[in-house]
Amino acid sequence: MGSQSNFAQLRAGFIANLVVAASVGAYGSVLGLLAAKKGIDWLELLTMNLFVFAGSAQFVAVDMWLPPLPIAEITLAVMVINMRYLLIGASLHPLFIGKSLGHKALFIHLVADENWAMTMARFRRERITTYFLLGGGLCVQFAWCCGTMAGHRLGAIIENPERFGLDFAFVAVFTALVFGFWRGRRDLLPWIGTACLAVAAERYLPGKWYILAGGVGGALIAALVPEKATEEPGND
Amino acid sequence: MIKTSYLVIAAAATATYGLRLGGLLLAGRLPGSGRFKRFMDALPGTILLSLIVPAALAGGLWSWIATACTALCSLTTGNVFLSMIVGVVIVAVSRWFGL
Repeated sequence: MGSQSNFAQLRAGFIANLVVAASVGAYGSVLGLLAAKKGIDWLELLTMNLFVFAGSAQFVAVDMWLPPLPIAEITLAVMVINMRYLLIGASLHPLFIGKSLGHKALFIHLVADENWAMTMARFRRERITTYFLLGGGLCVQFAWCCGTMAGHRLGAIIENPERFGLDFAFVAVFTALVFGFWRGRRDLLPWIGTACLAVAAERYLPGKWYILAGGVGGALIAALVPEKATEEPGND
Repeated sequence: MIKTSYLVIAAAATATYGLRLGGLLLAGRLPGSGRFKRFMDALPGTILLSLIVPAALAGGLWSWIATACTALCSLTTGNVFLSMIVGVVIVAVSRWFGL
């Protein structure tokens, strides 16, 4: 792959993720406002954006931000919320085959739910590279930083994004992408299992454990279903 | 003297980055065949579905309708942006009228 095609991939990834940029920015501005109220200065917030780069975890961290800062509690909370990145990181392995450790270490940082979903949906159809993933990460990061900084300096652009259905934007984008993940009838049982497990776990477990429960549980069903059932002629 | 705030950020960042890279490197060490492969191949779909279903369910009836319309739009047009707008508008309008 030449540098030109790397740039083309980067660009394509960036453009594909513009779909979620407005919602990411709007939520960023809410976080910026909350952070300003907690006395977090803009440089601290920007540092957090650049190095933690995880929306819901940052909301919880800012919420827990009361002096003296409970470093262990905040770190633990962030870790629990971000546990899904262990799965997301693992699922990106096929995209990274043949890449050096340095390349992996560099490119895996800018992975959010949104650009991951966009990348995996495209990866099923086209030969895309890690630059597509990075381009998407840069897009989300850029929108996130613009939103949080605007919210911190000027107040939230939209005080209550739910009122405009912006909270639903993420669900809607994931829904629009989900068909690209469907591999045919062999996915039926694992997906039903996933939906049931995720809903049950969301009801009975705190925080974001439901993503792990549904993701691992459903994939386990796929692993345990006999090989014969997965052999299927067709174009999936 | 480093401010405590930056220590907190560094700890949170290290934990998050560790999970991202840890998952990727761990997957490379698993056997690439048989049950492990089937597990890994199914994983992207099951993660995405886990992100969708509880969130769509939590919003009640109109959230379900919006999800269904988004899905339908995506299936017929293949346009992610248009599908998103359809879902967001339905949710926004239903909330506007307090449905």
